Amino acid sequence: MKGVAGRIKKLSDSIGKPVKLMEVCGTHTVAIFRHGIRDVIPKEIGLLSGPGCPVCVTPIKDVDAAIAIAGMDGCLLTTFGDMMRVPGSKQSLYHAQAEGAHITIVYSPLDALKIAHENKDRKVIFFATGFETTSPSVAGTLFEAERTGADNFYIYSAHKIVPPALKALLDSPDLEIDGFILPGHVTTIIGTQPYEFIASDYKIPSVVTGFEAEDILLSIMMLLDQIASGRAEVGIQYTRVVKKEGNPKAMSLVDKYFEPCDANWRGIGVIPGSGLKLRESAGNWDVTRIFNLELPDSEEPKACLCGQVLRGIRIPTDCRLFGKACTPEHPVGACMVSTEGSCAAYYKYSGVIRH
Amino acid sequence: MCLAIPSKIIKIEDSRATVDVYGAQRDISLLVLQDDVKIGDYVIVHAGFAIQKLQEDVANETLGYFNEYLRLTAAEEEGFTGQPAKKARKRVKKAK
Ligand code: SF4
Repeated sequence: MKGVAGRIKKLSDSIGKPVKLMEVCGTHTVAIFRHGIRDVIPKEIGLLSGPGCPVCVTPIKDVDAAIAIAGMDGCLLTTFGDMMRVPGSKQSLYHAQAEGAHITIVYSPLDALKIAHENKDRKVIFFATGFETTSPSVAGTLFEAERTGADNFYIYSAHKIVPPALKALLDSPDLEIDGFILPGHVTTIIGTQPYEFIASDYKIPSVVTGFEAEDILLSIMMLLDQIASGRAEVGIQYTRVVKKEGNPKAMSLVDKYFEPCDANWRGIGVIPGSGLKLRESAGNWDVTRIFNLELPDSEEPKACLCGQVLRGIRIPTDCRLFGKACTPEHPVGACMVSTEGSCAAYYKYSGVIRH
Repeated sequence: MCLAIPSKIIKIEDSRATVDVYGAQRDISLLVLQDDVKIGDYVIVHAGFAIQKLQEDVANETLGYFNEYLRLTAAEEEGFTGQPAKKARKRVKKAK
């Protein structure tokens, strides 16, 4: 294989030591497997999955809260389908639904709003999960809810913000990363400025990357190029979509309704400023203001290594439950639930142990 | 979860549009889109909202990499994925 792969090989040789790159985004984890990227790059280049699957990092407590809401009289919980099988402390939304809880899967939060308009006698709550890619869609839906007067529509915000999580990773002593493959669609919204600290404070190269095989290989080449020449910048490979300034209109709409808050990342812990909550002025949309949803914290299943997998310290096959007690059909930890979770991706594509 | 799909705009009505995604039609919102769009433009769609216009013809440093890659792979007829490479080739031609 010549071309980009050849150039990658040359750069890797000139660097002369193993290099560890982290793909932050779960969509990249899957794309890397699907395109067989590992087969065309030298084995000196390690690709690690990061914390970039919103389904995997939504804490047990939020899943429990969503289940509690769905069980209340007169309430209907709406959610993205990805969240359905995430294990809570006792059960998942899927199990709760089978037992009669009121849960509907939607493709867009706008569909949830539509359901609210069609069911004026019920409170319709949208379980708002996702990174910066998704929060504008929820903010846009709140704008529509305001315009069309939907006073039975609420959201439960479990939104997360990516850059503070990267900072938390970089500050953890056990992580050694030589470069970041940055998420293409999160950056479509926020632009490159929020990542500048990775280059300026930590001197680590990063490249915003698209999702085709060529995109990922080009990004690896751009990262190696920076490493080989001792530079650290925030590069953009995915230029057909991503602009340096991001999407200011989407960001200002998010800012109208939400403000940053400290947030708990499943398996990682609380990261300052890494979540979004509704502003005081948008409190009328906040389901936590009408119900008391204070639930006890719960522990992760013992032996599940999700926390370390999400931080790039261990790989899924290090977990002794992997492929045995924990499979996509019967997930123990959240990384096995989402198709974009590292454990699920390893299970599906690695041709590993199947019992 | 952060998957966002390139979709072609086939109808626009105020802040809503109908797009074609691989032959299927879908209604989306243009509310959070920064740029003006017209029929025939491509947008990236996530959870029912267009989040960015697709720039089919950006010429910049990255395309330099694309060019190099395409020159080499075209020469040796050994692209590792045929389809997207062809698309990219078109993009590069446009950009020139
Ligand atoms: S294989 Fe299952 S139990 Fe082990 S780390 Fe992954 S999700 Fe957790």
